[in-house]
Amino acid sequence: MIRIEPRENASRAFAFGIPVLSAVISLAFAAIPLLAAGANPITAYGEMIKGVFGSVFAVSEMLTRATPLIFTGLAAALAFRAKLWNIGAEGQLYLGAMAAVAIGSGLFDISGILLLPLIIVLGAAAGAAGMMAPTYLKVRFGADEVVTTLLLNFIILIFLQMMLEGPLQDPMGLGWPQSAPVLDQGMLPPLMDRMRLHSGLILALVLAAIAQFMLARSVWGFKLRAVGENAAAARHAGINVRRSLFGVAAISGALAGLAGVSEVAGLKGYLTADLSPGFGYTGIVVAMLAGLSPVGVVIAALFIASVFVGADSMSRAMGVSSFLADLVVSMSLLCVLVGGFLAKYRILRTKGATA
Amino acid sequence: MMDLLNILMTESFWAASLRIATPLIFGVLGALICERAGVLNLGIEGIFVVGAMCGWMAVWLGAGLWGGVLVAALAGAFFGLLHAILTVPLGLSQHVSGLGITLFATSVSYYTYRTALPDVSSPPRIEPFRALDIPILTDLPFFGPVLFQQTALTWLALLMVALVWYVMNRTALGVAIKAVGDNPDSVDAQGLSVYGLRMGAIVAGSALMALGGAFLTMSAFDAFFFGMVNGRGWVCIALVIFASWRPGKALLGALLFGAFDALQVRLQTEMGALVPGQVFLMAPYILSIIALVIAARSADYPRALLTPWFKGQR
Repeated sequence: MIRIEPRENASRAFAFGIPVLSAVISLAFAAIPLLAAGANPITAYGEMIKGVFGSVFAVSEMLTRATPLIFTGLAAALAFRAKLWNIGAEGQLYLGAMAAVAIGSGLFDISGILLLPLIIVLGAAAGAAGMMAPTYLKVRFGADEVVTTLLLNFIILIFLQMMLEGPLQDPMGLGWPQSAPVLDQGMLPPLMDRMRLHSGLILALVLAAIAQFMLARSVWGFKLRAVGENAAAARHAGINVRRSLFGVAAISGALAGLAGVSEVAGLKGYLTADLSPGFGYTGIVVAMLAGLSPVGVVIAALFIASVFVGADSMSRAMGVSSFLADLVVSMSLLCVLVGGFLAKYRILRTKGATA
Repeated sequence: MMDLLNILMTESFWAASLRIATPLIFGVLGALICERAGVLNLGIEGIFVVGAMCGWMAVWLGAGLWGGVLVAALAGAFFGLLHAILTVPLGLSQHVSGLGITLFATSVSYYTYRTALPDVSSPPRIEPFRALDIPILTDLPFFGPVLFQQTALTWLALLMVALVWYVMNRTALGVAIKAVGDNPDSVDAQGLSVYGLRMGAIVAGSALMALGGAFLTMSAFDAFFFGMVNGRGWVCIALVIFASWRPGKALLGALLFGAFDALQVRLQTEMGALVPGQVFLMAPYILSIIALVIAARSADYPRALLTPWFKGQR
């Protein structure tokens, strides 16, 4: 017989070791699909490492890719801490991006220096607004926010296509479904010469630091964690659970919205319907790998970004499908889940059939 | 108004409704079985993709249409088993595990497809299920075209509604599955295996979900496309709450959804000049949310849904 019992003292080593081990194991598992595609895994791993760390440009590309993942990872981590299952970061990202191009391409006549702050604030507000309806439906009607936020992603994506073929369409764009470009003074300044890396990364890192501090040290963070651990007990202790949920919903949505702002006003300069290759969903993996810690989100985002950039580069060199990256990312989520179990419980073999 | 009535009177409208409802019938039934046993299966979206890809690929490799259906079901069962192991004996978060299964199943499918067919721009086509032409019945007015010109998979879906209803309401197995989702301790006290029942239900439910995907590539279309599932799995998760976990109401919910989607397409062609087409495309998703909200307040959730159970711990 096998018996499962909780570990008495789950050590801190587990908290750091398990995500790292999960990352390594999921990369090792990637050898199977690589072999299936007829590629030599050793060469492939070599190409991936070269593609991420082989040059300054490669590293800057990895950091560029990590930027939106830090935002969406934080969005998921904070919401999940309160057991608010915001799976709608993908849609909220596009809401932020739409607000950013609407303002940034000169909708209002705003003098230069104010434009960028306004883009950031309204982009975040748009993302936050996108999370209000699901939260309201949850607290008022008990409608599962997992389903509502997921379905909203599809609604927002269709809305985006409508906007890109309508009010937001670039009049000079020859009929392509893409927005007008963001004005120069509305763009997040680049961080390095001739590289795509932009100051959205700085914003992401600052917000991660603030989130870490607020979560660990502030009354707000304490309430948030209390609501997540036991909503009934939190309510009993006099915490306004609804207000806490709406608060974290707004912050989570705003962070996802900022991912869109940063991609539009930092990287692309305009908006198309393929701005995000699933950054919202990948943010969930980032948050889980991070153990829902904001600082962990930064590290996990760097790892996931390395997988994507490395796999892209390997794919170009060796002709293996770059869906390999998605495979590694999804496996790392499943590994970290199992790892989390092993950290909390021991599996014992008991003799005989007594349980 | 006349236009709307005219649409509702046509046989092709009702035939299309049933066709659109078919994958959802499979999906809602699958989700229903899992949730009745106390486990939410958010792997559904990815299991749809796996079913669509594996079913299509098996046929493309020469397994025959029913061989493809079997392969799709087995592939769905495999990913269901993975979800079952993670959520039942390990008792991990059903939300996160399900999303992980969706991401994993989707990426496995896409990677396999791309690896098997590296350079194709237009996806290879198969000979899909044809409409069954049942003699005499096909010639019935109205019912002929609506019911008797569907493919075998639609019939299989309707058969599954009856089968799931029968098992759930008329057999000891059904009683046990419902009990394990409501009060696992009582099931354990009777000497039945909580783990076995829950895992079995997830595996069977996931196989059904995969058939929903297989319908897309083997009946609705004749090829596999990236992004072709397009949220149908999530819609099923909303519909199962709307259906209060009952097979009959699940059929009704799927049919209502199918009718609405079919109507949306027709209204779009009639009124396309007045309203942007996307408004109609949004409608099915908005409808799902509305259905969820209406049902959520009075929803009688299986009482042990989302609650892991460990042997020997009360």
